[in-house]
Amino acid sequence: MTKCVTLISVLTLNLLATPFWQILILIMEIMKWNGWGYSDSRFFFNKKGQAEFTGKRYKLSGLIIPALKDWFESTFGASLQHKTPATPILNSSAVHPPTLNETFVEELKSTGIPFSHDAEDRVFRAHGHCLHEIFALREGKFGRVPDMVIWPNCHNDVVKVVELASKHNVCLIPYGGGTSVSSALECPPEETRSIVSLDTSQMNHILWIDEKNLTAHVEAGIVGQDLERLLNESGYCTGHEPDSMEFSSLGGWVATRASGMKKNIYGNIEDLVVHIKMVTPRGVIEKSCQGPRMSTGPDIHHFIMGSEGTLGVVTEVTMKIRPMPEYQKYGSVVFPNFEQGVACLREVARQRCAPASIRLMDNEQFKFGHALKPQVSSIFTSFLDGLKKFYITKFKGFDPNRLCVATLLFEGDRERVLQHEKQVYDIAAKFGGLAAGEDNGQRGYMLTFVIAYLRDLGMDYYVIGESFETSVPWDRVLDICQNVKERIVRECKDKGVQFPPLSTCRVTQTYDAGACVYFYFAFNYRGLSDPVHVYEQVEHAAREEILANGGSLSHHHGVGKLRKEWMRETVSSVGLGMLKSVKDFVDPNNIFGNRNLL
Amino acid sequence: MASTYRDSDRTGRASEEEFVDILEERRCSSDLGFALRTFNPQPYQRASPFSTADLNKAVLESQYLRYVAKEIAMETGSSLEEVREEAYGILDEISQNMQLGFIRLLGYTLTKVFKRLFTCIYVNMEGLNRLQQAIQETPVILMPNHRSYVDFLIISYILFTYDIPLPVVAAGIPLAGMKMVGEILRRSGAFFVRRAIGSDKLYWAVLSEYVKTIVRKGYAPLEFYVEGLRSRTLKSLTPKLGMMQMVLEPYFKGEVFDITLVPISISYDQVVEESLLAHELLGVPKPKESTMGLLKASKVLQKNCGTMHVNFGHPLSVRQLCQDKINRCQYNLAPRDLPQTPNAEVKACVSWLAHLMVRLQEQGSVVSPWSLMACLLLQAPVAVLTEEGLPWQQFIEKTLWLRKLALDFGASLNWPGKASDSDVMSSTVALHCSVVHLKAGRVYLVQDEEPQRKHPISPEQGVMSAAVAVLMLASYRNQALHIFVRPALLATAMHITKSTQRDELFTVFGFLQELFSYEFIFIPDNMSQDFEEACFLLKKCGAVHITQNEVIPSDTGLEVLSFLQALLQPFTDSYQVAFRYLSEDAVPVFTEKQFLPDLRDQATKLILSGELHTHEALSSDTQKNVLSALQRLEAVTKLRASNQNEYKVNKAAVRRIGDILSGKIPPQNLQTTPDARL
Repeated sequence: MTKCVTLISVLTLNLLATPFWQILILIMEIMKWNGWGYSDSRFFFNKKGQAEFTGKRYKLSGLIIPALKDWFESTFGASLQHKTPATPILNSSAVHPPTLNETFVEELKSTGIPFSHDAEDRVFRAHGHCLHEIFALREGKFGRVPDMVIWPNCHNDVVKVVELASKHNVCLIPYGGGTSVSSALECPPEETRSIVSLDTSQMNHILWIDEKNLTAHVEAGIVGQDLERLLNESGYCTGHEPDSMEFSSLGGWVATRASGMKKNIYGNIEDLVVHIKMVTPRGVIEKSCQGPRMSTGPDIHHFIMGSEGTLGVVTEVTMKIRPMPEYQKYGSVVFPNFEQGVACLREVARQRCAPASIRLMDNEQFKFGHALKPQVSSIFTSFLDGLKKFYITKFKGFDPNRLCVATLLFEGDRERVLQHEKQVYDIAAKFGGLAAGEDNGQRGYMLTFVIAYLRDLGMDYYVIGESFETSVPWDRVLDICQNVKERIVRECKDKGVQFPPLSTCRVTQTYDAGACVYFYFAFNYRGLSDPVHVYEQVEHAAREEILANGGSLSHHHGVGKLRKEWMRETVSSVGLGMLKSVKDFVDPNNIFGNRNLL
Repeated sequence: MASTYRDSDRTGRASEEEFVDILEERRCSSDLGFALRTFNPQPYQRASPFSTADLNKAVLESQYLRYVAKEIAMETGSSLEEVREEAYGILDEISQNMQLGFIRLLGYTLTKVFKRLFTCIYVNMEGLNRLQQAIQETPVILMPNHRSYVDFLIISYILFTYDIPLPVVAAGIPLAGMKMVGEILRRSGAFFVRRAIGSDKLYWAVLSEYVKTIVRKGYAPLEFYVEGLRSRTLKSLTPKLGMMQMVLEPYFKGEVFDITLVPISISYDQVVEESLLAHELLGVPKPKESTMGLLKASKVLQKNCGTMHVNFGHPLSVRQLCQDKINRCQYNLAPRDLPQTPNAEVKACVSWLAHLMVRLQEQGSVVSPWSLMACLLLQAPVAVLTEEGLPWQQFIEKTLWLRKLALDFGASLNWPGKASDSDVMSSTVALHCSVVHLKAGRVYLVQDEEPQRKHPISPEQGVMSAAVAVLMLASYRNQALHIFVRPALLATAMHITKSTQRDELFTVFGFLQELFSYEFIFIPDNMSQDFEEACFLLKKCGAVHITQNEVIPSDTGLEVLSFLQALLQPFTDSYQVAFRYLSEDAVPVFTEKQFLPDLRDQATKLILSGELHTHEALSSDTQKNVLSALQRLEAVTKLRASNQNEYKVNKAAVRRIGDILSGKIPPQNLQTTPDARL
């Protein structure tokens, strides 16, 4: 959705003058309504059985990926003969008619803020990207959806909307980029009031840039890639690059405590924000100055960050900016096994010399990456071919079924990047790591953006899956990876999954005291009557395993409704009580009623 | 309350599985060829190749040991270097050094020994297959029972035969002291553990890190005796929890995904050291383990001990067993490398698992006809057994009756099917000629081991001599006790209370379980199920009718009930003698060293005067168990200050317990406390 605004602002300024309903049509054309990302970008198997990626937006677009089919079939036991296509068109008649609060609608009209209760608009904002949400959409099933959608244009619009909602007891659910993976956007089925989706996408301007203090004041609806591109035009960047940055919004990052790939240089969202303005049913909350650090009791920003839309709507944020890096360099290292790779990352963290990004994939993901190698490519130089030759000849010691790869991204001025690079490669060498080329690294990061499209391909052929993450102290990284992967495999077996699942992980962030670990899990659900339920049971078990192994409930995805059953044991009863009392004061009538977190 | 216990609840029953005699092949092929066979087992899939030296290095360099060493250096004022040196010495004493060459040597020697000693060694092949599978998937803990020196290395021997990774085996430190033999054992995979570790912090740290490293790395299957010692009475012993805790911790702390426990039941027709054991129980010290002793003992190799059964139970997943019992998050807030005292939840879980394993060992054991015969022989007065003998035909019939009862109760019997029942029984008697003999249609207890005596023996000597035979018999009875013990407790409760009220019986049942908790193995917090099981089994064999509130003896149930009650009579009698001694004659504060001979003298007198009918009261095992039980029931307290094992007795409390046991007062008056061990 948010993407449409991007295009509007970039391509055709005059589109801003077009009537609102035309913009809506554009949205539907640009974004998928029942899958990830842009409508024009998707994987499919062509008549020869080769995988292709359509569109023009990505480096992989328009290319054939010959190895994908074999990998897909052998990994999942799937077959191109067994298809599970999605319902092609959104059937508006299957959507419940809206429950409207007439007086609210009347007063809203008088403010001139655009709104809609069109079925498609409502369905579009009723979900994030959890497996069960997309699965239901593909089957053309809609649960409770918002009754109307409002597009405020600025902070003052939001103030008006929140006042009206409070006055008429209407439930508000803020909507940013819609990339949530925690059931945060799901409408609580027990909600009887009219539910209004407050779409921040029109609040997408950079209001000012302060070059003396290196900050920018930005409306919270702006989407990551637009923010970065607009700042780049002035020679700056925020450096905040979550994997969802094409679609996720600044307000969403604040509301979920987001983390970016390059946090080692720029920090996570809590390190980046200087000032936040949020509209709550009690009024507007903000600090009175922009001091870089304050000792004024508990930081009120920390009530806002991670509040997941339960307290109000973030409307404007002042953020740190940095001059754009002079030089960027990708890199990669191959390790003989995952243990060595983790040991290397730990050492890099100990020496506090982590590059902008350092990620370690396990062997299964390495193979997966291999399978995504396009047929013809200049940019995708045949790193993998080279690599293959590499370890078969020179480094025979590496077992192709055990080795793993770390991808690296360095940023800064050229000299320092090269120095830094040498330091990291020297450490890697101590753990048996071999430098494996720039292209390999770059490819790794590029794949991050297309990987979400692959789930849709899988879902066309009985394969469902998702990723989830945690953070964990260093000494437990290896054990948690092994135990959670194993738990997934065993749970699948117990739950009657007929084929061995894909259960893999990677270490995506390093900290002084621990790391962020990502798990990917997918399986072929042929023969199961309720695959989503099975999926949820396995994910639940995997989360239990994570917690039992000293991992956190979430590193950056947030809690939403998906993980809130574990909040009490995560933050203790007193902690939960604290959060509840804040909610009770700020929003006593539960106007922000998405029921996340608590 | 409906009877919820079902027969199918039982696991690890041997009867359904096929046993194969592993000696058969050995008898028709070369022993040398066997010892030199290619040995190529499938190890644990996650094990990385790790040498003995690597293992020891990992232990010494562990964070845990460093931490403890530093702590000890601080406490004692010695240098860190000295402490680490000491740790190195301890590890040297503990560590195994498995070498295939020595395994082969052992394979050769044991083949020779086993072929002499046993007619057959039966092993359940399905169990081995399951084990082989399990070993590849998770670290495996082998948990055999310990009845004889022969147990030691039998598992290794079998695994060697079937190409399964060899275990490292926890052994008592005395074995390490044997010249040559100690070293051979060490190189065959034995590691040595001191008996009383007590508060030796460094030793404890080295040992537990050693054990945990083996489990964590999946270095090799680990074998240990959860009972801690060789059972002198052939009865299961209360499990020791120290090693169990060490072995389980890597799972609790998430260092391994799962751990598999494999109960193994070893059963013998005849235990090689039977008479040694009986003498030991009567106060004759056990000979020190020495190589000379072993060589001298080689004369036992002339003996035939019949068959041996090794039953590999179903592998159990610790993860599954602990599912709702342990919250592993409790380890999240401290580094896993640091010493951490287990909390009550963990202790209870470890204790529960240890008891469960012993119970599974019991259920997996194979009971010989001789054990059934021993149950019956012990119910006849000793004088009758020695003087008049029992009519053989009648005895056969009674034994067959008991066989049916045992089968009804779900026992696994080793009753040869090919021969006629009387042949089976006479050959059994022949095998045990040191205890009984058959003459002119009657069975007699063999009393005198040394036929030529110069002096007429004193009455006391007579008692002791009969006691040796009785205790030998008793030990074989003990091998069958687990089959009967729950219904027997109920039968005893019915006998004591003369009541049919379920509630009342349950209370007394519970009292008896408490009282005999060192005598028989009961899983903690399982009393209701045990009671249900007892009711179910008695009903199944037609001994009782069960209604909502009552357990009523049936008209035909008398035989079963009186047999079961008589089965426990020696225990209740022995306990009463001890109670009487403690509440009347004993000094208020005494040591164990005084207690045992004094009580033995008292019991001897009572036997001579005809007041006491069981020689089992003379057994030091029973006597120690009484003392432990009374401590548990807080009628006796161990004085903490004393290092002489001094006890203080509360005579009134002991008397009260005695009165409850004899049915004079109901057990409500007993002040029970929660089990301190749990």
